[in-house]
Amino acid sequence: MIDKTPHDWLNEHGDYLYRFALARLRDSHLAEDAVQETLLAAIKSPSFDGKSAPRTWLTGILKHKIVDLIRKQHREQPVEDVMSHAVETDVADEYFNDSGHWADRPGAWPSAENVLEQQQFLTVLQRCLDRLPASLARLFLLREVHEEDNENICKELQISPTNAWVMLYRARMGLRQCLELHWLGK
Amino acid sequence: MLSCKQASELLSQSLDRPLRRRERWTLRLHLWLCTACRRFGQQLMLIRLAIEKALSETEQNENLRLSPEARARMAKVLASGH
Repeated sequence: MIDKTPHDWLNEHGDYLYRFALARLRDSHLAEDAVQETLLAAIKSPSFDGKSAPRTWLTGILKHKIVDLIRKQHREQPVEDVMSHAVETDVADEYFNDSGHWADRPGAWPSAENVLEQQQFLTVLQRCLDRLPASLARLFLLREVHEEDNENICKELQISPTNAWVMLYRARMGLRQCLELHWLGK
Repeated sequence: MLSCKQASELLSQSLDRPLRRRERWTLRLHLWLCTACRRFGQQLMLIRLAIEKALSETEQNENLRLSPEARARMAKVLASGH
């Protein structure tokens, strides 16, 4: 049985859970909410059997709470709203010319091993994520880290797969261009 | 023949769903001929790897902590159980 109190969980794992949530929600208040909801759910849950480490168990609950929060945010301000302008005015206007060719051809980046070792690259990536509409960045992160497959995300967030593809495309195009401008300094 | 715009859309979607046979073929043909779109595809993969790394860095960044206020508030909520 559980011989640790929720206060021990807060003390021992609170900061870790907070960082886990912050990485995905990109907002300190939302991340705090997610941690609090997780600990509350943990008290009420009879499912902790001591077989898995408490941190693993708590992180599992937290993942669901993060999706719940993203869904709630999405209901209050659907990504489509944020995106409607972007979706209506075709992406082509911004990145491609009338004949469908790149307006600005993607440049040559250093190889993956080199890039991933660069702190500078990760710093610029974080800044570029901050430039995306927050709701779009959260959807993108949810998808990109494989924690949720596409079908589930769509179901949970109540968006159509086609809309999701358009949004994820938009996020990737935006991030890539931002990286090329601010990291490669093209 | 796909345009670069269509090829870039398919490349993005290939990260989110399995492409149909015909889509795979036309995309492969386009990539064979188009350096810019080949680069674009590699960059999307790189961004995916970098995102994973950025998330795990945030998770391990010990400077990021619950604020004392948030911690106190949570302790109180937990004590009352709702």
